[in-house]
Formats: sequence, C-alpha cells, structure tokens
Amino acid sequence: MAGVAGGNDFQWCFSQVKGAIDEDVAEADIISTVEFNHSGELLATGDKGGRVVIFQHEQECKNRPNLRGEYNVYSTFQSHEPEFDYLKSLEIEEKINKIRWLPQQNSAHFLLSTNDKTIKLWKIGERDKRAEGYNLKDEDGRLRDPFRITSLRVPVLMPMDLMVEASPRRVFANAHTYHINSISVNSDHQTYLSADDLRINLWHLEITDRSFNIVDIKPANMEELTEVITAAECHPNQCNVFVYSSSKGTIRLCDMRTAALCDRHTKFFEEPEDPSSRSFFSEIISSISDVKFSHSGRYMMTRDYLSVKVWDLNMENRPVETYQVHEYLRSKLCSLYENDCIFDKFECCWNGSDSAIMTGSYNNFFRMFDRNTRKDITLEASRESSKPRATLKPRKVSTGGKRKKDEISVDSLDFNKKILHTAWHPKENVIAVAATNNLYTFQDKIN
Amino acid sequence: MFPKGTKRKFSDSGDEPAAGGEDVNQPSSVAVRMLSSYSLQRQSLLDMSLIKLQLCHMLVEPNLCRSVLIANTVRQIQEEMTQDGTWQIMTQALSAANAAAQCSADRLVATEVLCRQTEATQGEQVLKPFPAVGSEGCPAEEEEEVVVEEEGEGGVTMSTVSPQAPTSYLPGTFGMDPCWEEENGEDEEEDEDSEECGSGSEEGDSDRLVGDSRTAEQVFGTFEIKNPAPSPDPALEELFSDVDASYYDLDTVLTGMQSAPKMGPYDLLESLSSHGPSTLSSSTSCRSDLNELDHIMEIIVGS
Repeated sequence: MAGVAGGNDFQWCFSQVKGAIDEDVAEADIISTVEFNHSGELLATGDKGGRVVIFQHEQECKNRPNLRGEYNVYSTFQSHEPEFDYLKSLEIEEKINKIRWLPQQNSAHFLLSTNDKTIKLWKIGERDKRAEGYNLKDEDGRLRDPFRITSLRVPVLMPMDLMVEASPRRVFANAHTYHINSISVNSDHQTYLSADDLRINLWHLEITDRSFNIVDIKPANMEELTEVITAAECHPNQCNVFVYSSSKGTIRLCDMRTAALCDRHTKFFEEPEDPSSRSFFSEIISSISDVKFSHSGRYMMTRDYLSVKVWDLNMENRPVETYQVHEYLRSKLCSLYENDCIFDKFECCWNGSDSAIMTGSYNNFFRMFDRNTRKDITLEASRESSKPRATLKPRKVSTGGKRKKDEISVDSLDFNKKILHTAWHPKENVIAVAATNNLYTFQDKIN
Repeated sequence: MFPKGTKRKFSDSGDEPAAGGEDVNQPSSVAVRMLSSYSLQRQSLLDMSLIKLQLCHMLVEPNLCRSVLIANTVRQIQEEMTQDGTWQIMTQALSAANAAAQCSADRLVATEVLCRQTEATQGEQVLKPFPAVGSEGCPAEEEEEVVVEEEGEGGVTMSTVSPQAPTSYLPGTFGMDPCWEEENGEDEEEDEDSEECGSGSEEGDSDRLVGDSRTAEQVFGTFEIKNPAPSPDPALEELFSDVDASYYDLDTVLTGMQSAPKMGPYDLLESLSSHGPSTLSSSTSCRSDLNELDHIMEIIVGS
C-alpha cells in the first residue's frame, strides 16, 4: 500500500461528503463512531441519536477505471433508543459509542453496536426475491377461502427490488454499571469483550444472559478511585490476549489463560514521565483515549491528548515511536481545560499495511503519519475543499510569531470543529473522517 | 476562540526567566512576583476545578473519567499548596473571615464547596492510610488541630494544619460538613451560619466519619447503583436508612447552595474567584451551566 504523504506519486483527494450542510447542527446527527467492515465494502457510522447508517462501496465504473467507486447508503436503522434508569433517576443516552463488525461468514453482515449500557448484535441481510403463488393466501396476503382452492401449485421465487433489512439478533444488557467505552470482537469469532470505566466483561455472541467479568478495577472504597479504564481491545490473532488503557496513561496487556479474573496484568506499558514538562495538566493529557492493535498484532498504538505512540508489544518501558499531533496546544492547556476540550477523546487508526497511522485534531484537521518515511501531513475536512476529486492541500498551523501565508494561527483554530473519529479502509487507500455531523471520504489519486 | 494576547498560562510561568535589567541586589522581587503570579494562577485553577466538579453533579450521569481526572488535579494542587504552606494560610484567612461578624455567606459556601470536594479526595491516601475514625487526619499522636469557626459555642478544638501531614487539611468544614450531611433531610437548621453547623463537630468522630465518606461518596457515588451491596458500611446504612438515596446527591448539593441566604449561583462564582483573579472566560462558560443550576433549583424549590 502506498505511503501517506509527500512525493509526486501520492496525494489525497476528496471523494464524498455525507450529511446536512446547515450551520445549525442537530445534536442527534453528530457522528459518534465510524467503522469499515473487514473487506472494506461496508462503512458504518453511528450517531448521537442512536441511529446506524451503513454505506456500501459501489462497483467501480467500467468507463472510469481510475475512479474508485463511491459509498452510498445501504441501510439505516435505529439501533438504540433513549432509556430511563429508574433507580438512579437518570437518562441513558442512546448515543452509539462504538460499532464493530463481525467477520463475514455468510451472505448476511453482522455488527455489534453499543451505547452506554447495552450492546446489540444486528444482522443486516439482503432480500431480492420473494415467493409468489401461495396456496392459502393471495398476493396481498389475505387468506383465501379454503373452499375456493381447487388446485395446488408450488410457490415460485420471483425477483424483487433489493431490500436491505436490519434486525436485532441479540441484546446484551444489564452487565455494565458504568459507561461502556469499548467493544472488541475476539479473533475466535465467538466471543467479544466490552469495557466500561471500571470493568471489562467477556461475552459469547450466542449467550445474552451471562457474561464473564475479566477485569475489575473498582476499589472497595470509591473514595480511593483515581484511575479508570478508557479503552480496551482484543489481540487480532491471539484470542487469549487483550489490552486495556487507563486514564493515567498506562496500558495493561492481559492473558486470559492465567486466571479467570485478569486483575494482574501480564505486561504493563508506561512511558516514564518527562520531569521537565510536568504541570498540573500532565495527568490529564496523558490519559489514553484510544488503543488499537496493528493488523499484524506486533504493535499497538495509543492516543493521548497531544500525541500518538506506537508500542512494540515486546517492550514495555517506552513506545518505539511517538508522533506529535498538535504540540502547539501545550501552551494552551489551561484554556483547553477551562472549556473542557482537554477531555476530548480522539481516536486513531492504522492503514491496512500498518505503514501509516491517522488521527484527528481541531479545526476539522486530521493528521497522517507515515511510519517508514517519517513524513506527516495535516489535511482539512471542509466543504470548501470538497470539489469532486479535488486534491487536498496540506495545512499548517503556525506556531511562531510570524505567520506565513496559508498558515493558520493557533488562536484562530475552531475548537468546536473536532475530528474525533476516523477510519481507514482495510485494503485500499480510502479513508473516512467524521466531522461533527458530516462524513467525508477521501481516496488517493491514482495516476 | 481565545482572546488575543492571553496571558501566558501558568504551566509556562515557572520557566519565565528573570527579566534583564533587574537590579541584581533585588532578585527576590522578581521571584516574589513570579511566585505570586504562579499561586494566583494555581488558585484559579483550583477554583475552576472545584466548579467543574460541582457542576458535574448537577448534570445527568456525569462522566466518571472526567470527574476522576479533575479530582486528581484538585488533589495535586492541594498537595502542593499544603507543602508550601499556602493551604494553611488560605484556610486560616477564611476562618478568620468567618469568625468576624461579617460572616459573608459567600465565604461560607465557598469553604464548603472547597472542602466538600477536597473531602472527597481526602479519603484517598497518598502518604498513609488513615484509620476510619481518624480519617479527618487527626491521629492522636500528630499535633493536628482542625480549624473550626465557632461563635457562641464552647471552645471546640481548633487546629492548624501541620506541614508534615499534608493530608490533614480541611479546617472549618469538619465542623460544617458532617452536620451538613446529616441535616440533609432536615435543612431548616441550615439556613444561617456555620456556627450552628459547628455544633456538629462536637458530636464526635463518628459524625466526621460519616461526613467524610458520604462526601467522597457523592463525587463518585452517583455512578454507583444504589442497591444493597456489601460495600457500604453498615453503620452508615443505619444512619441514613431513612434518607432517600436516589435524591441524596442532588439534594445535598442544593441544600449547600441554599444554606447561604440569598446567595445565588453567580455569587458562588464571584466568591471563589475572589481568592484570586480567575480567567474571565471561566465565568462565561460557567454561567450557562449556572443558568441550568438556577433552573433546577427553581424546579426543586417549587418556586
């Protein structure tokens, strides 16, 4: 797979944008998760209103071989509804926190979607034929009078317009006291884990009334709580291994073979703090918002507020690579604390070959880092640069006093336009970027 | 987004080099200015954090991760302030202000808010675990005294924080908080002064214990399903068996807000910021939240 940036042979260009154009964004339309399926054919998004929209990659046009197909709406359904917890007198938000696809095993597609408390398994199936010629009922479904039936016939399957149906197959509820932040399907394709702030549970996809608690960091006395779980993921090939990250910037790798309750980690990843940059915000900015294994399973990537780190699973004492996402914000931490932006949880993702990583930033900027060439690029998801197949121009934030032309100064950044969710196609250079209520797709320019 | 020419944030202020041209015979004036600017900023950060924690309570199902991070920040600031003695000075100043006749209500609530949150963090120990009874931080062998503003009461034990035990701060509120907690159901007594609340401190250690754990419980307690579970102390359960747990947190916070007569949410903000110049935008961002607070108060009070 081609690299990320620079050179004359690789550039990103705009492909599509989905979503309303209005300045006035309805809260329910804000996209809260984006995920490609394992083949890249389908792209799912979840929003704050509890809806899931799935896009399908259209076949490439025969007469435009240099243009990749577009993603068009395949299915839309309401996954979660707002609920009310009567015991605590609190509303449970319907916002979809995460979507994870199951590997495809037959013609239907399955995905897991979760809000704060409940995980659901959805089956998305196609129907393009229907049976006609029933004996006991006529075409519009009314029962025929049995005395009128004089002959028997065999119903035949006739083609019909394609209908995509989403139906909930399993509901995994009542297992989490705290807010679910992650779900991850295991490589055995039979189990998955779900993590909330203090606990991680292991489920079997077929069993909804029980789950195993495998990590519990809740202290006996809640007053002693100083650390929470922020993300968790199963290893891509070893079904007994998973990792979880914490608000203190640490990652623990656990092996489920060691014990039923994996409170004692197998590996503990933490980078020693740099004493020269210590401030009151050090802990907050070290809190890990996302952790992702590489496709190979050899590395994992963590995202904290200002940087992305790549860790070798065999080395616990420091990351092998660190990429600064928006270091110019370090001097603004107090303001960002004030307006709560410092608590924003950015996600990160690998490309299919693990040679590049991507993450979001503010002002609708997103950043890509090529691990081999060490080049990085900042791009913007905006309507202005949304002409079909328009090449994206790299953006730059000026940090010094002198602002060059085309650069944007830190104080002009729009902190309400944040790109928290991004996804990279597992096989091609196609990326999906969620900017508030709009979904942008970009692809590489094939020359 | 940010005002132009924003003052440099205090995370950088420590690195500020001494200005050139200063008389070398007076290096201390630069240092003093730097230090006071740093403490002011630190104070304002503390106030901001406490407001965030406080408001956190008012919202629907607060985010646990955010609360934990803010609480950790508050604890960090307090530890540092205690280590350089600033904490002692501040709390003494507050108690002095309260002892004076002008007992402004905003000071009162300010202390409560301050210490209510810090009580939450007090429970967890950096240095050593405190036994339950002595959890206010006064094991007998250490010379700690808790500052309690008293007026018209007998001389209740007055204490000052000793630098050796940074965790044993929270003067004043020890007297106030327990009664604040217990009188959750009966707030008629809480109308006025802290002095009445001071009587709570005479009720003995068990009440302080109650005050401590319940307060800390409030910071994280909302997240807990309040069904009978082995973890809560059975003694606590007994004491609070008649209190409707599901409304406890909201109630206590509002009670605290209302304990100061005619004190509105904006006054709270002003009072906290009077500790030091806080950044302007904190007021603006908090005001919208305080509008909500106002609204909620109206609904509950039924006005």
